[in-house]
Amino acid sequence: MPHLSRVSFFTSRKHKPSSTKMATLTMSRPPVAGFSFENCRRNVFLEGEVNNLECSLPAARKTGTTICGVVFKDGVVLGADTRATEGMVVADKNCSKIHYISPNIYCCGAGTAADTEMTTQIISSNLELHSLSTGRLPRVATANRMLKQMLFRYQGYIGAALVLGGVDCNGPHLYSIYPHGSTDKLPYVTMGSGSLAAMAIFEDRYKPDLEEEEAKLLVRDAIAAGIFNDLGSGSNIDLTVITKGNVDYIRPHDEANKKGVRLIELEALQLTGDYKYKRGTTAVLSKCVTPLDLQVVEESIQTMDTS
Amino acid sequence: MLGEAEPQWLSEEVKTGTTIIAIEFNGGVVLGSDSRVSAGESVVNRVMNKLSPLHDKIYCALSGSAADAQTIAEMVNYQLDVHSMEIGEDPLVRSAATLVKNISYKYKEELSAHLIVAGWDRRGGGQVFATLKGLLTRQPFAVGGSGSSYVYGFVDAEYRKGMNKKECQQFVVNTLSLAMNRDGSSGGVAYLVTIDEHGTEEKVILGNDLPTFFDQ
Repeated sequence: MPHLSRVSFFTSRKHKPSSTKMATLTMSRPPVAGFSFENCRRNVFLEGEVNNLECSLPAARKTGTTICGVVFKDGVVLGADTRATEGMVVADKNCSKIHYISPNIYCCGAGTAADTEMTTQIISSNLELHSLSTGRLPRVATANRMLKQMLFRYQGYIGAALVLGGVDCNGPHLYSIYPHGSTDKLPYVTMGSGSLAAMAIFEDRYKPDLEEEEAKLLVRDAIAAGIFNDLGSGSNIDLTVITKGNVDYIRPHDEANKKGVRLIELEALQLTGDYKYKRGTTAVLSKCVTPLDLQVVEESIQTMDTS
Repeated sequence: MLGEAEPQWLSEEVKTGTTIIAIEFNGGVVLGSDSRVSAGESVVNRVMNKLSPLHDKIYCALSGSAADAQTIAEMVNYQLDVHSMEIGEDPLVRSAATLVKNISYKYKEELSAHLIVAGWDRRGGGQVFATLKGLLTRQPFAVGGSGSSYVYGFVDAEYRKGMNKKECQQFVVNTLSLAMNRDGSSGGVAYLVTIDEHGTEEKVILGNDLPTFFDQ
């Protein structure tokens, strides 16, 4: 465990000479605009200290993902895999990467899990207030602006790569938003470590004005390509279909990787995920039973006040 | 292979790695750009329109970091809207260029984007301004982006004063085509915007319709 007490952040105060009888003025620093990056310097310093003690700081959980979206005739289909990784270990086999922004807008997130989760929640809350203020259903372009302005303000330190999709009064819209704050408005987008595999499927089979079932199949196949060809993506496929006035949040749409089925060899019976072993599996060599004679030494009763 | 959980380009900044060009003719301007946006070695958008409107008859061409360039263009779009409402008429191209220059100069160390501002106004006709690193200079034509280095010779040799609209458009298309062929970070389709006193015309020229030169 790193000892934070070893690190001193405060320099020692010099003694004021007693001859000067001035009241000590304390001036608080005027608030500085923008994000304070002081903690980043501290983090780098701590990492150096911790390496000396031969342990490591916890790694931020990344979603190492495949997410994608496609615009079809009546709306948008968003898709995501469900694996969350922490380094080389799967931290969550079934995490939800499609986040709610507003009743007609949903957002898939890739990158650092905490960043995507929090960013989408903040914008969702601000968008609800905005929508109450305007009295109208929020527009996808508004959500896009809010997200890009926030991510630009943090200069890429918030590791959130998002696919934003929804249907508003101007029709279906789909945006991809990068951690540094740039956005692209396109008919089909993919993000995450599996995005190249998914984009290959899209580039081959996308046509304008798809039907809903075709679009769902296309997104399902794109995510499946990411799951099977990228180490950072896996497990199931979640879909969200957004049309005017209706949202289908299909979780899971497709269990691409079902947990394996074990057989008991002798009886050829299937065991579904049950790891109990029958008595006799392990051979018993010797048995020794010693009865223990216990005597009651002291008995005390404490009454509970149940009135 | 099992070392990194995430490809490097995912955390790389998205750059527009571009070719952009703007040229003025008697009565207006022509702007042109390619459409490739890259993040590291991967192309993230192959059809991005880098000619962004700042006002009805003033456009800017984006290059450099995608986030920085988009943000500057959107901020100046907003500031120009307010300014034009305050003066009650269409803003001057020089005003738009000054707004872009102010942001580029003030945040010189933090930003890495170059915008070329071009448009038409009643007082000065067609004008092209370069705002690289916070300088403001009016030029008869300007090129920018990573692909521009490959075509400086071509534009210097081929540019003549007094070209008309059609010749300017052809000049821009030829320049873009040559740069896109040689620069790895430029490609896709070519976008063309022509602004004159009658209005603004946007055109897309698909890859196979671009002029071809020596290509063996």
